[in-house]
Amino acid sequence: MIRVVLPAHLRTLARIDGEVELSVPGQVTQRSVLDALEARYPVLRGTIRDHRTAQRRAFMRFFACEQDLSHEQPDAPLPERVVTGAEPYLIVAAMAGG
Amino acid sequence: MSGIRVLVGTRKGAFVLSSDGKRERWDVSGPFFSGWEIYHLKGSPADPDRLYASQSSGWSGQVIQRSEDGGATWEPVGNEFSYDGTPGTHQWYDGTPHPWEFARVWHLEPALDDPDTVFAGVEDAGLFRSTDGGRNWQELPGLREHKSGSSWQPGAGGMCLHTIILDPAERTRMFAAISAAGAFRSDDAGQTWRPVNHGLHSEGIPDPNAEVGHCVHRLAMHPARPEVLYMQKHWDVMRSDDAGESWREISGNLPTDFGFPIDVHAHEPDTVYVVPITSDAEHFPPEGKLRVYRSRTGGDEWEPLTRGLPQQHCYVNVLRDAMAVDSLEDCGIYFGTTGGQVYASADSGDNWAPIVRDLPAVLSVEVQTLP
Repeated sequence: MIRVVLPAHLRTLARIDGEVELSVPGQVTQRSVLDALEARYPVLRGTIRDHRTAQRRAFMRFFACEQDLSHEQPDAPLPERVVTGAEPYLIVAAMAGG
Repeated sequence: MSGIRVLVGTRKGAFVLSSDGKRERWDVSGPFFSGWEIYHLKGSPADPDRLYASQSSGWSGQVIQRSEDGGATWEPVGNEFSYDGTPGTHQWYDGTPHPWEFARVWHLEPALDDPDTVFAGVEDAGLFRSTDGGRNWQELPGLREHKSGSSWQPGAGGMCLHTIILDPAERTRMFAAISAAGAFRSDDAGQTWRPVNHGLHSEGIPDPNAEVGHCVHRLAMHPARPEVLYMQKHWDVMRSDDAGESWREISGNLPTDFGFPIDVHAHEPDTVYVVPITSDAEHFPPEGKLRVYRSRTGGDEWEPLTRGLPQQHCYVNVLRDAMAVDSLEDCGIYFGTTGGQVYASADSGDNWAPIVRDLPAVLSVEVQTLP
């Protein structure tokens, strides 16, 4: 299972308590994780990525394994420790956005 | 006994203030959507328990919330606002072409007779409509695609469509206002639009009498006399007696004719309220005295209303969507400030008292008069 941690304002919006665990079919990438997340919680569509372009919103960041993945290609494989569930995939509200 | 529900949008959440018809004691609920900017909330005239709220943040963009129970509980609905086709460009602050980009919903206007139909005025200026209770939104592109659209420029707050007025008599007639493009009218339910700015004079634009480019801050209409419109412009308070075809200045003896909100008494179509603000640079009341000005003559002659309002050291602003009236027999007037106060008058403005004093900066105030 892929573990996803959302910022507080999106947990409140989607009525999520704690981490999200997602089953992601196929290769585990940022795109496939976010697709699975938005499929489970449609209210999150448009709040992390643009509806049409799927581009990351400017003040949302993606971290994992102490790396900033925000500028990585969306179809690049995520680190193995994220794939195995040892480490969470972090969706972070940048300090500039509030 | 009738009740009053005041819907308050702030920089960090929404609040619902409730009272009975006496309007002396208030219940305060909220914050709803804590931490998000709530530009506007409004109830359906056809079903007062149906409310819509515009929720946005710099992090996560736009969310629309809907309530079926007068604001006790809320459900997020649709948040996809895509301009129709390829939207092209408008002018940026420096005069260069700038692509149309959706930023947020400034104003929600539920239809007069259908709770599931609601209009949204957005930044960058465009008009959207939902006919399924906010789940899906379609642009009415005729406004943005007006031939003057490429010349529109943003005001200091962004290029926002902030006012939507639905004519209760001519059901296919609508008015919209955009900063800083001006006022527009549609006579075919929003399909096509034309500027209605004849008579406006704005020193801050190359041609002070241009067809578009005026920084209209707010329009107001009394539903019993829909051909009469009132306008608070960047500078100047204006009036039209012919549904926007022509305007004349009614600033009269106001201490300054800069300001943001303007509203009309629920039972007296010639009684109008504004909140004069010192200037475009000094967004606070003249002399540090918070005064609502009332005209009982449809403009030109204004009286200050001060009882219960701070008359020293007051340097708040009152934003364009932050004033509303109720429709009880003794008309109530309400406004919110950037200092977080919401003031109410239960006697047409003669006496004021704060309902709350310490909310986040108030962006909008709407009032529902409940049976």
